[in-house]
This record gives sequence, C-alpha cells and structure tokens, in this order.
Amino acid sequence: MVDIQETTLDTLEPGEKARITKVRVKGAARRKLFDMGMVAGADIELVRNAPLGDPMDYRIKGYHLSIRKEEASQIFINKL
Amino acid sequence: MEKREIKIALTGNPNVGKTTLFNALTGSRQHVGNWPGVTVEKKSGRISYKEYDIEVIDLPGTYSLTAYSMDEIVARDFIIEEKPDLVIQVVDASNLERNLYLTTQLMELGSQMLIVLNMCDIAEERGDRIYIDKMQELLATPVITTVATQKKGICDLLDKVIEQKQIEQHHGHEIGYGNEIEEKILEIEKVLSEDETRDKRYPLRWVSIRLLEGDSNVRQKISDSPVYERAMAIIDSIDQEEYEAEIADKRYLAINTVFPQMCTRANDTLTKSDMIDRVLTNKYLGIPIFLALMWGAFELTFAFATPFMDMIDIAATWFADYVSSSLHPDWLASLVGDGIIGGVGAVLVFVPNIFILFFLLSLLEGSGYLARAAFIMDKLMYKIGMHGKSFIPMLMGFGCNVPAIMAARSIEDDKDRLITILIVPFVSCGARLPIYVLFAGTFFGRQAGTVIFAMYILGILIAIISAKLLRGTVVKGKPAPFIMELPPYRVPTFKTSVIHMWDNGFMYIKKAGSIILVGVVVIWIMASFPWGVEYGSEASYVGSLGHAVEPLLKPLGFDWKISVALIFGLVAKEIVVASMGVLYGAGDNSEALSERLLADPGITALSSLSLMAFSLLYMPCVATVGVIKKETGSWKWTMFAIIYGVLVAWITAFIIYQGGRLLGY
Ligand SMILES: Nc1nc2c(ncn2[C@@H]2O[C@H](COP(=O)(O)OP(=O)(O)OP(=O)(O)O)[C@@H](O)[C@H]2O)c(=O)[nH]1
Ligand SMILES: [Mg+2]
Repeated sequence: MVDIQETTLDTLEPGEKARITKVRVKGAARRKLFDMGMVAGADIELVRNAPLGDPMDYRIKGYHLSIRKEEASQIFINKL
Repeated sequence: MEKREIKIALTGNPNVGKTTLFNALTGSRQHVGNWPGVTVEKKSGRISYKEYDIEVIDLPGTYSLTAYSMDEIVARDFIIEEKPDLVIQVVDASNLERNLYLTTQLMELGSQMLIVLNMCDIAEERGDRIYIDKMQELLATPVITTVATQKKGICDLLDKVIEQKQIEQHHGHEIGYGNEIEEKILEIEKVLSEDETRDKRYPLRWVSIRLLEGDSNVRQKISDSPVYERAMAIIDSIDQEEYEAEIADKRYLAINTVFPQMCTRANDTLTKSDMIDRVLTNKYLGIPIFLALMWGAFELTFAFATPFMDMIDIAATWFADYVSSSLHPDWLASLVGDGIIGGVGAVLVFVPNIFILFFLLSLLEGSGYLARAAFIMDKLMYKIGMHGKSFIPMLMGFGCNVPAIMAARSIEDDKDRLITILIVPFVSCGARLPIYVLFAGTFFGRQAGTVIFAMYILGILIAIISAKLLRGTVVKGKPAPFIMELPPYRVPTFKTSVIHMWDNGFMYIKKAGSIILVGVVVIWIMASFPWGVEYGSEASYVGSLGHAVEPLLKPLGFDWKISVALIFGLVAKEIVVASMGVLYGAGDNSEALSERLLADPGITALSSLSLMAFSLLYMPCVATVGVIKKETGSWKWTMFAIIYGVLVAWITAFIIYQGGRLLGY
C-alpha cells in the first residue's frame, strides 16, 4: 500500500520536517548517505537552499548535512 | 628504568577535535581547522607519562569503516593492520548520535577501545545531558570527557590509557543483523576461513560484513585468495542494495535503543551558528558576502603589510649599502651586496604579506566558513565540471599550492580529485605575490591594486577553463554527489591562527634562506663569470643562458634578463623577483630596484603585465610538481601538468603582449 503523503526529499520547503521512508540513491553515495544518518525512519528538516538554489542544507540527527537536489529527489519521505 | 611502551591511535568522525587533542597530548602543532577533512595523513607524536612512553597517532577523520576517500582508507588500514594497543574514538559530545555509528563498527573490529567525549563545553552550553556511567555500561567501554581546546581532561585520559593497558581485555560488543544477514555472514565466514593464508589481522566477521555491504576496497584485499570466487558467488546471490540498507538500519536501531538512555538532548533551539548562517548563506546576501570577504582579504593582505614592507625595504637598502662599502675585496662586496642582499632581500620584503595572508586563511579555516564556501559554490562548480568540495583546496591554494593539493585527498571521487590536483597550481599562491607587487608597483602606479587583483582573477579563470576542458576530454564524466557536513561556526582560537600564520610564514623565510639563497648565489656566479666580464652583462654566463632561450620568449615581450629570471623561477617562484634583484644589482646603489627596472628600456608596462601572467601560470614550482607526482602517483599526469602549464602560460602571455601592441600600447 502506498502512503498518499509519500513524496521525495527535494519537495520539502524550508522549515518543513519529514521522516525518511526509503533511500533509492545508487552507487557509492548510497552507503555514504547511510553513514551520515540518512536511513529509513530518521527525521529530517530542510533548513535552507544554498544561495544559488542547490545544494540544500538539511538538519538530521542534530547536525547539518548538505546534499544536492539530485540525490534528494531519490530519497522518499513522509512529511510530518 | 626502561619505560614501557604504549601505542594509541586517535580515530573518530571528521572535525571532532582529534588533532586538537593530539596537539594537547603531545605538544605538537599539527594543522587544526573547523571543517571536515583537515588531517589527510597519519601523524605520530610521543609523550612520556608516569612510567610509560606513549606513542600517539592522529588519523584522518572517517564517518564509517567503509572507506571511500584516500584519507579514510589510511585511517581504517592503520587501525586494522598496525593494531595499536588502544583505539581511542574521539566523539563530538554535541553530535553524539551520528558519532556512535562509527562506534558500532569499531566494536566489530574487536580492538581494545576507549571513548573520548570531546567538545563537552558545547554540549553543556546547549543544555544536553550525557550520563557517562550509563554510557560506559551500555557501550561496555570506558568513557573520558575532555575539552581539547582548553586542555581539560588530558590527565584523566592518560591515566585511563595506562589503566586500560593493564587490563588488556578485548571485548567484542557485536550488533546482531537479523537472521537472514547473520546466516549470510556465517556462510561467508566459513568460506573465508578455509583459506589458511588469509590476513589474520582482519576479523572474519568484519570482512564478511564489509563484503555484504559491497566494500570494494575490502573486496580488492581478498582478491588473491583461492576462495575469492566462492565468496563472491555468495555476494552475487544477494540483493546488495537491500543488504546495505538493512545493515545500516540495524546499526542505527542498536544506537536508537541505547542513545535515549545515555543522553537527553536540549530542545532544538536556534543556535548562534544557525543565526550566522541565516545571514552568510542567505539567498540574496550569500554570494555578495562571499565576494566581499574575498575582496576584503585581498585588500588586507596588502594594506596591512605596506608599512612593515617599507621598514624592511629601508633596512635592507641600508644594510646593502653598508656591506658593499665595508666589505673587501670587491667581489665579496658584490656577492653579498648585489647577490645575497639584493636577491634574498627582494624576497624577504614580502614576509609581512605572507604572514597576513596565512593569518586570514586560518581565520577562514577556523571559523567554519570554508565549508560554507564549498556549499555556496557547489552549483557553480558543478557547472564547470567540478565538485563543490574542490573549492576548499582552491581557497587554500592562495596560501600555498602544496598543502592545497594534499587537501584534495578528502574528495571521494578519483576523477574529481584528479581535476582538482591539476587545476590548483593555477591558483595564485603567496610565492607569486612578490612578482605582482614588484612589477605592478613599478609600472602601474596607482593602478597597481587593480592589476594585482586581475592576476588573481586570471588564475581562477584559467583554472575554471582548464577544469571544463579536462572534463570534456581526458577526464570525462560528471562530478560525484555532494554529501558534506556543515560544522557549526566557531570563534577561531587566536593561538591556532597565530601558530598557523607563524609556521607558514616561517617556512617562507626558511625558503628565502635556503633554496632561494642558493639560487641567488648561482645566478651571481653566472653573472660574474667568465672572469673579467662586466657584472651581469650580456657576455657573462647568465647572458649566454638568457640569449639561448630568448627567441622562445621574445614574442611575449621578454628580454634575456627576464628569461634568466624565469628559468631560475622554475625552482621557486620567488626566485623570479630574487634574480631581478641580483641582475639589476639593486644592492650596491641606494636607487631602489623598481627605479632601475623603470630605467631599463627592455621592460615596459605591457611586457611586465605579460610577465606577471606568465609567472602565474607557467609550470608549478618544484615542490608542487613533487606533490602532484606523489598524489597522482603518475608521471604521466605530472608531465601533463607541467607541459599544459607552460603552454597555457605562453599562449596567455602571447595574447596579452601581442594584443596590447596591436592596441597601440
Ligand atoms: N568548543 C570546542 N571546540 C573544539 C574542541 N576540540 C576541538 N575543537 C574545535 O573543533 C574544530 C576541529 O578540530 P580538529 O582538531 O581539526 O578536528 P579533527 O577531528 O582533527 O578533524 P579532521 O582532521 O578534519 O578529521 C577546530 O575548530 C577546533 O578548534 C573542544 O573541546 N571544544
Ligand atoms: Mg585532524
């Protein structure tokens, strides 16, 4: 069953919070994201976009992590 | 009495204060900065404590034991292969949860561990509460609290190290990965254990988990094993990505069950750092502020230095006069006056600039803005085919290209890293600054500042164009994903900044007293012989050398004297200025070097502009070539860097000089 609220991380607005449901990123970046705490079940908040729009500054597990929209669009979330 | 030896390794996530702690422990002055990836090589130091002789090894930071970049591999291999008596994980107390992820992996290695909870001051200030006793119990590992910047907790730590050495218990606190994965782990372990020749330093369970996670470095390590094929068959039968996710999940699950018991976090209030970020990475202000900071740093480097430079200049001139009038015989007076003081002095005048430059760079590094610069610039960098993280080595390159190229080690992707190494030499380092100041100051008067700034911009433009060219030809592909921690802003410690400034500034002075001094003496000898020729005339050996290469450089507007300076400048770029000092014999006359340059019809404003551009771009200095070879491990790329540099320099200088002439200058 698909959760109707499910969307991707890049659609988050600054200040919005969400919970990660699935990481679909492939390759080396996949494990790196896991290492940095981007796993299913983790809470995440978009703090802001970089001045040029990309990358993004997220808060996860109490620290700031920056990733590009491209990767964010392959991370699935439920908005909180 | 013979002292007993203990070997301890400092490991942990990047930017948690390992090097700060290392310095506090051993009294060293290793490079500290507030961004992830400062330390890229292992460094070792010693300390004598009670009846022990303790060797401390500072390692590059790593987020997990699945290593991606070169610096992370160094850290991981050291812990496993060198088997230190005690593995100390330095943990950022204000960022405990993510730091524990590495802890779960270190425990799988079965080495004896100790956790240092550093940055307790920040956790406290924020109102987090960490229950140390509970933490020791849950992790079954001793925990010591420290504030490395204030040297708090150092003795406790050393006492604990000694205590642990006496206990000698190796515990394996293992995480269960669930039935399915555990079965696979057992299966692989069994296959691997049949290979009697295997590297026993690597625990089987650990290797098996790594293989299931798809760690290519570990895979590489066992590729010679006779059971390799069979182990791989098991790996190929699983859904790798699912396993990867599942294993990470299980680790975080383990953390989530213990974490709430040992730490209560204060509510996420807006920290000072967040407020600073609201301004510095603001949508509209971010870029203007970045540019203003760069411009400000540039201005300060020159404005602050001027009075000091004048003082050194006056002292040097006076000294040269004194020496040449009091030394006998004449040749000795000429060697010391024209050669040494004229040449080395011309370089030493710029010591104040170098000091200020490195002081400002260390503020940039210590504040945490460097990571923001990478964050702000990533999109632009991506457009030119580079990774945002490459911006950090580029900015460091303004100080010295050598450490900047080393800093590229923290870039994970090999191609991203190669491009960074190849373009950093175009970033104008401190050693090139004397060339600009001398020539722009001499020929451009009030416009000097603009001309110098233009040189910095030219270097960056060439770097950008080169990156784009490389991406389109020899290093094809897209930059790797950008995944970077943004550390909180911190007030740079005055001591760290002063040390950074002093150590780098002093290196410049040392260079002037060694390699540049030798260069200067060689030039002086060549300018004075064969016996009987007029000093520095066309009949001397420098004259012949200059004339030999002059045809190649003539189209760029350079006469034989400049040609000589450029040849010797290959060793170190400061020598371009030093040899001007020698060849124009500035020392024996109260007339300043710039006046003598102005009087020479061989150099015009236009040719000096062409000379500045050429010196900026042509071949990286010897030390940089050395580090390019070391870091790329390839003569091919090293030769490429040299030849490409010379070509670009020649073409650029040609365009400037001939274009200028066409325009009637
Ligand atoms: N407030 C506070 N700051 C600290 C403490 N320890 C280190 N720092 C700061 O944290 C930053 C990182 O310190 P480093 O020692 O370079 O960290 P590292 O772990 O060696 O980092 P990498 O080499 O990049 O892995 C610096 O700005 C230090 O001044 C501490 O106990 N309290
Ligand atoms: Mg370090």
